[in-house]
Amino acid sequence: MSRHLAAVLGTGQTQHTTKRTDVSMAGLCREAIDRAMADAGLDWPDIDAVVLGKAPDLFEGVMMPELALADALGAPGKPLLRVHTAGSVGGSTANVAASLVQSGVHRRVLAVAFEKQSESNAMWALSIAPPFSMPVGAGAGGYFAPHVRSYIRRSDAPEHIGALVAVKDRRNGALNPYAHLRQADISFESVRSSAMLWDPIRYDETCPSSDGACAIVLGDEPTGDAARNPVAWIRATAMRTEPTTFAGRDQVNPQAGRDAAAALWRQAGITDPYTEIDAAELYVPFSWFEPMWLENVGFADVGHGWKLTESGETEIGGQLPVNPSGGVLSSNPIGASGLLRFAEAAMQVMGRAGEHQVDGARTALGHAYGGGSQYFSMWVVSSTKEW
Amino acid sequence: MTATSSASIGSAPLRAPLDIGFDYTRSLGPLLSEFMTGLAARRIHGVRGSDGRVHVPPVEYDPVTAEALTELVPVAAEGTVLSWAWNPEPLDGQPLSSPFAWIFVRLDGADTAMLHALRVESSEQVRTGMRVRVCWAERPVGHITDIACFEPANGPASEQPAAEPGEPVTMMTAPVHLRYQHSVSAEESRYLRGLAEGRLLGQRCPVCGKVYIPPRGACPTDGVPTEGEVELPDRGVITTFCIVNVPFLGQRITPPYVAAYVLLDGADIAFLHLVLGCDAEDVRMGMRVKAAWRPREEWDTTLRNIDHFEPSGEPDAPFDSYAQHL
Repeated sequence: MSRHLAAVLGTGQTQHTTKRTDVSMAGLCREAIDRAMADAGLDWPDIDAVVLGKAPDLFEGVMMPELALADALGAPGKPLLRVHTAGSVGGSTANVAASLVQSGVHRRVLAVAFEKQSESNAMWALSIAPPFSMPVGAGAGGYFAPHVRSYIRRSDAPEHIGALVAVKDRRNGALNPYAHLRQADISFESVRSSAMLWDPIRYDETCPSSDGACAIVLGDEPTGDAARNPVAWIRATAMRTEPTTFAGRDQVNPQAGRDAAAALWRQAGITDPYTEIDAAELYVPFSWFEPMWLENVGFADVGHGWKLTESGETEIGGQLPVNPSGGVLSSNPIGASGLLRFAEAAMQVMGRAGEHQVDGARTALGHAYGGGSQYFSMWVVSSTKEW
Repeated sequence: MTATSSASIGSAPLRAPLDIGFDYTRSLGPLLSEFMTGLAARRIHGVRGSDGRVHVPPVEYDPVTAEALTELVPVAAEGTVLSWAWNPEPLDGQPLSSPFAWIFVRLDGADTAMLHALRVESSEQVRTGMRVRVCWAERPVGHITDIACFEPANGPASEQPAAEPGEPVTMMTAPVHLRYQHSVSAEESRYLRGLAEGRLLGQRCPVCGKVYIPPRGACPTDGVPTEGEVELPDRGVITTFCIVNVPFLGQRITPPYVAAYVLLDGADIAFLHLVLGCDAEDVRMGMRVKAAWRPREEWDTTLRNIDHFEPSGEPDAPFDSYAQHL
């Protein structure tokens, strides 16, 4: 498949927090968009198409928000697409936007994703029991906790690994001015003594509920070449899906994630991701998903992901810094969380990650998953066109 | 939600109402906040766009240039009908409960029309070009519903003077209610009717041989119909589980409780259920459990006929016997 080159020209995100009652949904999106456009050095007439991503409509109770938001997204007179792949939607939104440039259809595309969790209650929205069923569902935490337990049992991981991830990500979040939770003083002991919400997941190992948005501006090769500031060249993209349940499904190490990663590394020409990737933004809403995804994506052998975490190699300064931005554990505007991973990966290779910059990052991974670990989207970005 | 009348227990697919609702909140942002604050004082504002047009209701961003708009301008509470359609049977939640006209009305001073309801006796009283005026809600609160509806402007005006703007309105509530008839497949209906008799009925895929409970009608892996029925025992093994300690809106079981994947003997897929009958701390992967049924007279077409699962007292299943179901 022949592709045109595409680049991230600019990124923008909001100040993420529990309640952004100072803005409407449109205003929230524009805070991110205006920053992305400024970062890219572009203005509205430069944009050829707009892609919007958002998680389930029940989260804000707005059907097809892309229609009401069209003015705010600068979409009148341009193609406007909505992407929806549950929690992974931000990543899928970036990949769909990239495909519009890589296909040669558009030169410059704006991708936006948001969630305003304060308008509703995601825990309620994710726990509605249909008739005839047993109402034991308890939100995303209740869904994923049994699979975390399975991972711990299968890998013989020591039970403190989850707390190590939480401490690292929250301290990283303290380096990120946009993060919802900035907890420089969090300690291993405080995480280990925080309330057990969905045993084996503790309160401090759980993502916050955030209002926030993220936007990126993508451009074709001539636009990327002409950009004033460094851009992030999109080296590979991949998405895979699988059903939520089927007999023999591996819920700990899902096939769709393994397949997406294999396709991604192949397309990027990467044979040893652990040494070739300089920074990874993995979608880790519950701390234990760091070692789980390290294995699923191929940074570690099956059963060994927790050893990377324990060794400190996933900290900033380690061999593979994971979530230098603080990740989903520090900010979780659900629909935007995937795009934040992709944007933060781009910021690393553009050298614009500020205090959480990984020194010399040239190649980075953005990763997102959603639903019952059934949607996966990933990209690899690089600081140069030659790789 | 579980009350399926006995009349419906035949062979047709089972159905039951599913009602969900939430009072969503909307933070308005500066522009819409000023608009809503005006409504509370029976004042209507539009916003001037880059091309000079006045948009009512105000839009936060210009439809032409996408720039943020800030210049609010007062418009009249009276205007002209640009188009209309008769609504003979109003639905719950619409502005009026008796038949009315949907109108596109352009308020004096505005350049755009908005959709609203016109209160008249019959469609004979509606025409394009007619003059109409706002009927305010009895007690405006700073919500779009403060404009209760419109009425023809030729009759006597009611006493609804504008007031001085009060406290800024920054939030509004938008209740959403969805009422579904939830229907299940023929295969799941058969399984549910089995539950009403205290039986656990699964189906086997003719290609991969996997047994699904509840049955799917089609194998998710092979995509072929699953017709062979398999009756399963009411005991099995806990593959994995979590202890739910967190209370939340809409929760139906009081925490703490153990939500466990139970793999019935002979099944190839586990389902989530409740585990009681021992301390939560004593629940473990591989624990053997049996169903604790509710009293027979309470049985219905639901998995809730099994009140919970409890330890059977058998030795734990070896990890390898269920590892492929995690």
